[in-house]
Amino acid sequence: MRLSSSRIVELLLLAFALCVPLLGIYPVFVMKLLCFGIFAAAFNLLLGFSGLLSFGHAAYFGIAAYITAWLRVKTGLPTELAILAGVATSAFAGLVIGTLAIRRQGIYFAMITLALAQCMYFFCLEASFTGGENGIQGVPRGSILGFIGLQSDVTMYFFVLIVAVAVYAGIKQIVHSPFGQVLRAIGENEPRAISLGYSVNRYKVLAFVLSSTLAGLGGSLKALVLGLATLSDVHQSTSGEVILMTLLGGTGTFLGPFVGAGVVVTLQEYLSDRVGAWVTVVIGAVFVACVLAFRAGIVGEIAKRYRRETATSSS
Amino acid sequence: MTTIFGYPLPVVLGQLVLGFVNGSFYALLSLGLAVIFGLLRVVNFAHGAFYMLGGFAAHLLLIWFGINYWGALILSPLIVGALGVVVERALLRHLYKLDPLYGLLLTFGLAMMIEGFMQQQFGSSGITYPVPAALTGFYKLGFMVLPIYRAWVILASLTVCFLAWVLIEKTKLGATLRAATENASLTQAFGINVPVMVTLTYGAGVALAALAGVLAAPITQVSPHMGTSLVVVVFAVVVIGGMGSIFGSIISGLMLGFVEGLTKVVYPEASTTVIFVIMAIVLLIRPTGLFGRD
Repeated sequence: MRLSSSRIVELLLLAFALCVPLLGIYPVFVMKLLCFGIFAAAFNLLLGFSGLLSFGHAAYFGIAAYITAWLRVKTGLPTELAILAGVATSAFAGLVIGTLAIRRQGIYFAMITLALAQCMYFFCLEASFTGGENGIQGVPRGSILGFIGLQSDVTMYFFVLIVAVAVYAGIKQIVHSPFGQVLRAIGENEPRAISLGYSVNRYKVLAFVLSSTLAGLGGSLKALVLGLATLSDVHQSTSGEVILMTLLGGTGTFLGPFVGAGVVVTLQEYLSDRVGAWVTVVIGAVFVACVLAFRAGIVGEIAKRYRRETATSSS
Repeated sequence: MTTIFGYPLPVVLGQLVLGFVNGSFYALLSLGLAVIFGLLRVVNFAHGAFYMLGGFAAHLLLIWFGINYWGALILSPLIVGALGVVVERALLRHLYKLDPLYGLLLTFGLAMMIEGFMQQQFGSSGITYPVPAALTGFYKLGFMVLPIYRAWVILASLTVCFLAWVLIEKTKLGATLRAATENASLTQAFGINVPVMVTLTYGAGVALAALAGVLAAPITQVSPHMGTSLVVVVFAVVVIGGMGSIFGSIISGLMLGFVEGLTKVVYPEASTTVIFVIMAIVLLIRPTGLFGRD
């Protein structure tokens, strides 16, 4: 069996990820990166494969983080169930917001998702369970299956890695399924998909719910990894960040969102120690540069080069 | 004491007047957004940042050059408008052939840069801007005490909105602008320099945002993030009104200010979200917006 080059890259990355604890890289940092990678991959399912730009994905990421954190702190619910409850809340929020937003297209869709996510932000700001400006802190990680304790960063790391790999594989599966093919058809040419007899709105809502569910999974895990759920998780700047991660990594590619999340999270951690408030300016500049000159993203650009090379060498 | 549905009349009227003040800000901002969108097909996410720059320009003109409020009212929109012209020439014009979503993303990044820069330079706490001497004091209206300055804000915004509406709907320049909005290449074929028009339109729309910023400075304090969440509310206003309509954006801006004021009386907790809820309802009943056509 001959391995395709993208499969080789995937295996190399996985091998590297498995070695992270041995290499002396701070696992919490990589976990944070993976959580945002899951978040961006979920967002990409919508933008990259269905052509829908949601400008309010922080709502699902943030509410799941809050619900999971609150359940762990107040009720001591088992970790799996706390994650599940957070994810279910995101799925429900995605169903409500998605149903409303798909009534308009393109730029309006983006503005509506943004406005409704702002609603969620104000809800979290005013609700008492979210702890206001302080957020929910000191969230205990608990254990998985009742006996695998997650207190150690290394165990937690492998748990997050398994979930991330599962999300990656799951999204690949979804995109390549008949359902995913219809989504792509809608993204490329919606009137054509309608005329072929597909109930486009149902596909869109389902894609929206899937995406918000996975975004919630990223949020729930983040709350456990950092032990923290705060207002910045639901803020519009986080919605913007996830767009940047996807765009920078490569919209419509499978690895792109993870690569983009890696770059943005690294940049934030690296810069915030050195330049303070300038970090927002730098991130904004990267955003502008991406839109102006680098719309294919890192992975998209590499794939393009690689394809051109193999095309010339085989001819 | 007179009451309406169990709420004291003075409270209701008072909140309505305050809602009117907010509504006139929404009207000014959504007007600029609608004008820009009409011609450029760009949803200007940086509108809130330019609004903030307008307020800051007024503050800096005062402390650096001693230029008072009335000078700032003219100069600040001009300065910020000029910045808008630079932004359009340097950045936005590269995107016109692409999906309008890229314009939204670019201006979002731009807003981050502007707000981050201002926070770096001036910190994030609010700066008080003095109410101009001629407009201090109060009107005693019987049911409430209305600061003269707020009455001035309503008057000024409505006048500017009316003038903009006349300019766009009733003059030759406005007719050209509407023609370019409808069909840019055909308008260009008639010998009109559309690219210059596009640049100036963006500058003018941004200048309107800056004007709103100057008007707001004595009321809300000047801070780097004064426009961050406002811009999202204005987006909702524009979705409710119907994006293409100049008139619709002004009317729905004012109307939603009133509704927000009323909500503060009836159910204060919902006053930050009521506009978004109305947006959801409008979308369910009339997806194109109240005054939208497409």
